Amino acid sequence: MDYELLKIIWWVLIGVLLIGFAVTDGFDMGVGALLRVIGKTDTERRVMMNTIGPHWDGNQVWFITAGGAIFAAWPVVYAVAFSGFYWALLLVLFAMFFRPVGFEYRSKIQDTRWRSAWDWCLTIGGAVPALVFGVAFGNLLLGVPFGLDEFMRSTYTGSFWALLNPFGLLCGLVSLLMLAMHGGTYLQMRTAGDLHERARRISLLLALVVAVLFAAGGVWVSMMDGYVIQTSADLAGVVTPLDKTVVLKEAGWLDNYGKYPWMLIAPMLGFAGLILTILTSMANKGSLAFISSSLAVTGIILTAGFSLFPFLMPSSSTPDHSLTMWDVTSSQTTLNIMFWVAMVFVPIVLSYTIWGYYKMWGRLTTDFIEENQYSTY
Amino acid sequence: MISESLVDLSRLQFAITAFYHFLFVPLTLGLSFILAIMESAYVLSGKQVYKDMTKFWGKLFGINFALGVTTGLTMEFQFGTNWAYYSHYVGDIFGAPLAIEGLMAFFLESTMIGLFFFGWDRLSKVQHLVVTWLVAIGSNMSALWILIANGWMQNPVGAEFNFDTMRMEMMSFTEVIFNPVAQVKFVHTVSAGYVTGAMFVLAISAYYMLKKRDLPFARRSFAIASSFGLASILSVIILGDESGYEIGDVQKVKLAAIEAEWETHEAPAAFTLFGIPDQENMETDYAIKIPYALGLIATRSVTEEVTGLKDLMAEHEVRIRNGMVAYDLLTQIKAGDRSDETMADFKSRVDDLGYGLLLKKYVENPAEATEADIQKAVDNSIPAVAPMFFTFRIMVGLGFLMLILIGLSFYYSAKGTAENQRWLLYALLFSLPAPWIACEMGWFVAEFGRQPWSIGEILPTHLSASTRSVTDILLSLAGFIAFYTVLLIVEMYLMIRFARLGPSSLHTGRYHWEQSNHTPTTASAQA
Repeated sequence: MDYELLKIIWWVLIGVLLIGFAVTDGFDMGVGALLRVIGKTDTERRVMMNTIGPHWDGNQVWFITAGGAIFAAWPVVYAVAFSGFYWALLLVLFAMFFRPVGFEYRSKIQDTRWRSAWDWCLTIGGAVPALVFGVAFGNLLLGVPFGLDEFMRSTYTGSFWALLNPFGLLCGLVSLLMLAMHGGTYLQMRTAGDLHERARRISLLLALVVAVLFAAGGVWVSMMDGYVIQTSADLAGVVTPLDKTVVLKEAGWLDNYGKYPWMLIAPMLGFAGLILTILTSMANKGSLAFISSSLAVTGIILTAGFSLFPFLMPSSSTPDHSLTMWDVTSSQTTLNIMFWVAMVFVPIVLSYTIWGYYKMWGRLTTDFIEENQYSTY
Repeated sequence: MISESLVDLSRLQFAITAFYHFLFVPLTLGLSFILAIMESAYVLSGKQVYKDMTKFWGKLFGINFALGVTTGLTMEFQFGTNWAYYSHYVGDIFGAPLAIEGLMAFFLESTMIGLFFFGWDRLSKVQHLVVTWLVAIGSNMSALWILIANGWMQNPVGAEFNFDTMRMEMMSFTEVIFNPVAQVKFVHTVSAGYVTGAMFVLAISAYYMLKKRDLPFARRSFAIASSFGLASILSVIILGDESGYEIGDVQKVKLAAIEAEWETHEAPAAFTLFGIPDQENMETDYAIKIPYALGLIATRSVTEEVTGLKDLMAEHEVRIRNGMVAYDLLTQIKAGDRSDETMADFKSRVDDLGYGLLLKKYVENPAEATEADIQKAVDNSIPAVAPMFFTFRIMVGLGFLMLILIGLSFYYSAKGTAENQRWLLYALLFSLPAPWIACEMGWFVAEFGRQPWSIGEILPTHLSASTRSVTDILLSLAGFIAFYTVLLIVEMYLMIRFARLGPSSLHTGRYHWEQSNHTPTTASAQA
């Protein structure tokens, strides 16, 4: 296949993996974040954990595979972003440590302090990564300080604390509350009774807040500088991030919506999903609420991706070295092989994942947990 | 230049997190198959005890698996955080198997593990059995892809350097997959995992036999583990020998270091059973040798030589000097000189570019290296010999110890008298750590023996590290150590608690602590 086409396909595929991660593992993280908020008793918390019990591990693989795919398809991004966002990534990692052990170990011992400690761990494991992902995305829009030498060794000159700027934190909040809302709609669909009612109310409230914050983010972006490629070598061919010049432009991140008006579908999808989440939650339609919040999550992430396009990681200190989806890719051979691998395996993965959900479907009740207290989380 | 302490700390961090991760992996690899065998016995015979076995050993499997998942996350991201230049330089090849591992293996394993634990009442007998087999197959396939990636670090086939992008690029994916080093490493490593699973079940079953409780349960577990274990340990040893042959072919330095083979002796080479390697004087003191043995293992012949370290270092010196020229030509090309002459000259020397890069540890521009720099690079072109020599022997020694123990277990189990062999049961219980130590030693030999390279003869470890500060690495290292220590304590606590409880932890009412003639302890009442 043609190199240019492959580069575009891989931008799409990595987008699919990241959205797949946010839609699936996103609700696991949301359930984690809500664990102590709407789970009042030990049994209620166990109900919440067990709705995602059979699935969280498979869902987390979206995250792992997205990481692997970035390594394989965009090795420069993997190298520059992971080493640059060193502490942000370690924070995510340390928080995520709590999840597998938290789920598996929490209910194995009947001790209030033991269980309460693990509940905190699961809350951190859900909330912290959700927050940090948003902060990282926000900082991508602002640009981060790094440069490359002629041997393509990257040096990042910013600090972790610099990531926690007002716009970054706003994006972090959008991400955290959005995934918490998504967890809420999932719980609406999979629980009954009081817990269900609380999940319904909180997803409604969160959808409202996210809509406001997302709109605020949009206004903010329209007032800040975006990055634009000025001149470059043939982007469809073999290029490195060193082969172009980049300039800053006022409201530059909105350029794409003028150039490709169809891209407006992303923010519209985001808002529509949020409004639908509110309406379906009010109407007490759990499954529809979950579909709505999935659309909202998809729309919001797509908005960030479309606004940045073709940039992936703009450099604030050396704008010319900014990473774009044209100049960070693997060789044509590798992109081609990995494309076919993805074409074969993604449908297989989706089919057995759906089979798994189908087999485990249904609402979980506190009675069920009490009857099966030794074989459930 | 990259500071040496940064590189050393990054290496230490990688070593600690990788060793730690591999405390959990081999048990997952082996126990998953043992679970699948037990459940197959249940589906075929219909006997409840086999279902209880699957569920109980599955509980222990779960406790271990959680930490395998946790620590595996670190491994995936560490290449990017701490080894950014490596990731850039070889990501075009190395990233592919990691991504495929996710798509082909992790998804399968992780989706099925949820159904394994929670699907007992939701799936038909056969469906659940298939799920259990898929957990085992999924985890073993992930080992396949990770060892293809690792095999490529040892023996980087099917790739070429591209000076435009300043990295290695994939030429043939089939060569990467069918890399002989990867293939033998895969079978050797998964077999070692099977042995670990077998030793785990044997040792804990031996404990129940010693305590004379839940005997029918323990006996059946013991029988399955000893037969599975016997096949596995034989396979580890035979395939280990096979990897000796592969190494002899493509990683001559590693082989010579394992054997502390300083000189090239006349064929067939002798195997040094024991000795004390002395790196400074390049000799091995107090050596006890078995004639012919090494030549047979490494070359499968009595006429081929096994090259010694001194001769290998002499070869390295030639390649380092050639690599200096290659590096100089590369800078000319980067500066815009694309004349046919320069390109042809570079092409003829590009295979030694990596050797030129070795000098980057001592001098900014390798083309300007002094004789002293070159000498340092030559001296450090082989790994420290003594650690290689000893860890290898510990691994092999433990392998043979386990062969004897598992062989006897199989024999007595077949005779039906295993529970009476108290000395054997004690020996099994106390040998529980043996497979883990052997696995870790094996990885040490494989990875330490690759030094000074991260990608054999292509990219020096020294150059691979990220441009971060020493403080960053120190603090993150402290974080990992703190987290991992606490997690290990919690894991061991639960593992020991549930192993002691045994199948009573299933609360079926059929096992030891649930019988009326035993006062339930607080532990059994709780769990």
